Amino acid sequence: MKRTGAEIVWECLLREGVDTVFGYPGGASLPIYDAMKNFDIHHVLGRHEQGLTHMADGYARATGRVGVAMATSGPGATNMVTGIATAYMDSSPIVCITGQVASQYVGFDAFQETDVTGVTQPITKHNYLVTRAEEIMPTIRKAFYIARSGRPGPVLVDICKDAQQHSIDWEYDDTPIAFRGYRPDLRPATEKIKQAAEMINQAKRPVILAGRGVLMSGGTELLRRFAEKAQVPVGLTLLGIGAMPASHPLTMGMMGMHGESWVNEAIQEADLLLAFGMRFDDRVTGTVDTYARDAKKLHIDIDPSELNKNVPVDLGLVGDLKEILEQVEPLVKPADHEEWVDHIWCKRKESGIRDIQNLPDSGHLYAPHVINDLWRFTEGEALVVSDVGQHQMWTAQYYRHDLPMRFITSGGLGTMGFGLPAGIGAKIGCPECNVWVIAGDGGFQMTQAELSTAAQEGVKVNVAIMNNGFLGMVRQWQEFFYDKNYAATPMRSPDFIKIAEAHGLTGLRVTERSQVEAAIKQAHETEGAVVIDFRVEQEDSVYPMVPSGVPLDKMIRRPSPIVETARDR
Amino acid sequence: MLYTLSVLVDDKPGVLDRVAAVFRRRKFNIESLTVGHTDHVGLSRMTIVVDGEEQDVERITHYLYKLVNVIFVENLTVRPMVSRDLAMVKVNASPEKRAEILNMVNVFRAHVVDITPTAMIAEITGDSEKIESFVEVLKPMGIIEMVRTGAVAMARGDEPMFTNGNGHKN
Repeated sequence: MKRTGAEIVWECLLREGVDTVFGYPGGASLPIYDAMKNFDIHHVLGRHEQGLTHMADGYARATGRVGVAMATSGPGATNMVTGIATAYMDSSPIVCITGQVASQYVGFDAFQETDVTGVTQPITKHNYLVTRAEEIMPTIRKAFYIARSGRPGPVLVDICKDAQQHSIDWEYDDTPIAFRGYRPDLRPATEKIKQAAEMINQAKRPVILAGRGVLMSGGTELLRRFAEKAQVPVGLTLLGIGAMPASHPLTMGMMGMHGESWVNEAIQEADLLLAFGMRFDDRVTGTVDTYARDAKKLHIDIDPSELNKNVPVDLGLVGDLKEILEQVEPLVKPADHEEWVDHIWCKRKESGIRDIQNLPDSGHLYAPHVINDLWRFTEGEALVVSDVGQHQMWTAQYYRHDLPMRFITSGGLGTMGFGLPAGIGAKIGCPECNVWVIAGDGGFQMTQAELSTAAQEGVKVNVAIMNNGFLGMVRQWQEFFYDKNYAATPMRSPDFIKIAEAHGLTGLRVTERSQVEAAIKQAHETEGAVVIDFRVEQEDSVYPMVPSGVPLDKMIRRPSPIVETARDR
Repeated sequence: MLYTLSVLVDDKPGVLDRVAAVFRRRKFNIESLTVGHTDHVGLSRMTIVVDGEEQDVERITHYLYKLVNVIFVENLTVRPMVSRDLAMVKVNASPEKRAEILNMVNVFRAHVVDITPTAMIAEITGDSEKIESFVEVLKPMGIIEMVRTGAVAMARGDEPMFTNGNGHKN
């Protein structure tokens, strides 16, 4: 049958199971948009292409499927760069389709022409420039395959306008995709599985470090069984939150720069680290030279380049985490490690007295209180999407996820402005979820325009802004390490209630802890997106904190009692 | 230390850029890089010589494998191998110098590929040491310009580097 390139694009997306495309039209993608009406795919019009890529990313992380973003050439495509880099760092499968000027103009500085495959080359898993209609189908099929296989990641397909317009005789080809080089299906040798089990059986003070790989391989159940059988306490990376239920007695909590003190101490005292689907990021290890010196390291990851990258390991297994654990688990002997587990629990109890939740109520509104209350009043079941900064760390610490895939955050790239659009994408992907976006006043303003998208699409997301009048995390570093020289961190924000109302949405303000519950309740009962402006303590800091250059267990702890620093408002 | 990597890649536009970027991003200086067709249709083979530490080279290998267009990577440094470089050297060759130059060309088993009343182009093939010695002895004659291909290399023995399209080493 005769099909234009543009029709082939949509047909291929349908065949890949795509139901939603997050896009923004333009000159070089007009033929694709013209053909859209004949295909049963919902198009979400964003307000900025960065937002679109975050939406596709949020959609992908909430559903486990590939998210799709679409933009025009030149500025449309370059605006996607931050979103693509975010997805790349956190291994999120998205496919970005960009329009490109007609093939005869490529390389001639045509209007709205950018070398997008060149620009995105280091931040995509792979990318393609398509100059002929015949190439569209094989390219889109490969793009989806690459995005979702192995260690997932973003793939960009740049399609010239003439390729979109051209009509060809066409039929869908569903022969399996084969690459000569790309091998996403590596497996470790049986010998290594045995060695791994042997290491685990010999350990006296083992700790599991669970990362996003556990969630992405669907290995959460298995991880729990494994941890219970061998009685191994589990620390979580930021992106690994949800890999073990927070309320499980073997779950220690988050590790790293703002990890719980007992987790970092356990890592430093361990004799075996079981790194499962995590990559020893510098925010996780602190100073590498002093990191878990007494511990042997067993690393399981799907990406061979992660082994021995940041931390030298004693044994590395490459492959799908779930598949490998399925083989290792039967060889692991039941153990109790009672002394070790008790030791960690004691530390946890000692540390609890410093927890802000256990300090007397000073009448001030603290972000950790708000987030803890949000956890309680959503019964721990919300799909929480955070932005980046202090509130992100407090969310990781105080919203205790028992369920997997219910926490979405920009970890590797730390992209401010991620929260709201990713939350919109997550809600569209998971309409039955109660989506809460937690953002700071700074990050929220970076992509605040997407409120308009939420309003147009009728997307019900609740946005909790932890408004402290500062770029809080930077301010915290200035307080700790730059003599409180608050250079360029105080920030005046607009009236967020009016911003919400200007979009036809509901805005609320909370200034005292006693109002938190009612506001959350009202948000749940309100149709359409709700923005809550929580006026929180201005100069609160995230504790504990591992400053740079010191061992992981030498943390700055929360002063007790809390030092009042902020002006009363 | 200098390492010689042989990299089999898809013969497609942009592949050289992707491979080079792996080295650029890890701040490696490429000593030489050659690329050309192979006996397999659609595949090119690169020989890349880099200066680095062993663990860097191992890491680079993993990163190269992350590229969809990379089919096979082999570190030839650790194997018995043959490495060859080709150079063309244009030297001043006034009539009174010619005999001496020709003499050296013969000693090094090089060839003369162009000659004019005042200059001569000598072509030499060999490992880099041989080429560098040749250049050294020609220097007093006055070198006008020179060009080198960079190394091409392969392992000794009867095994091909790559056979069936399924060579990824874990």
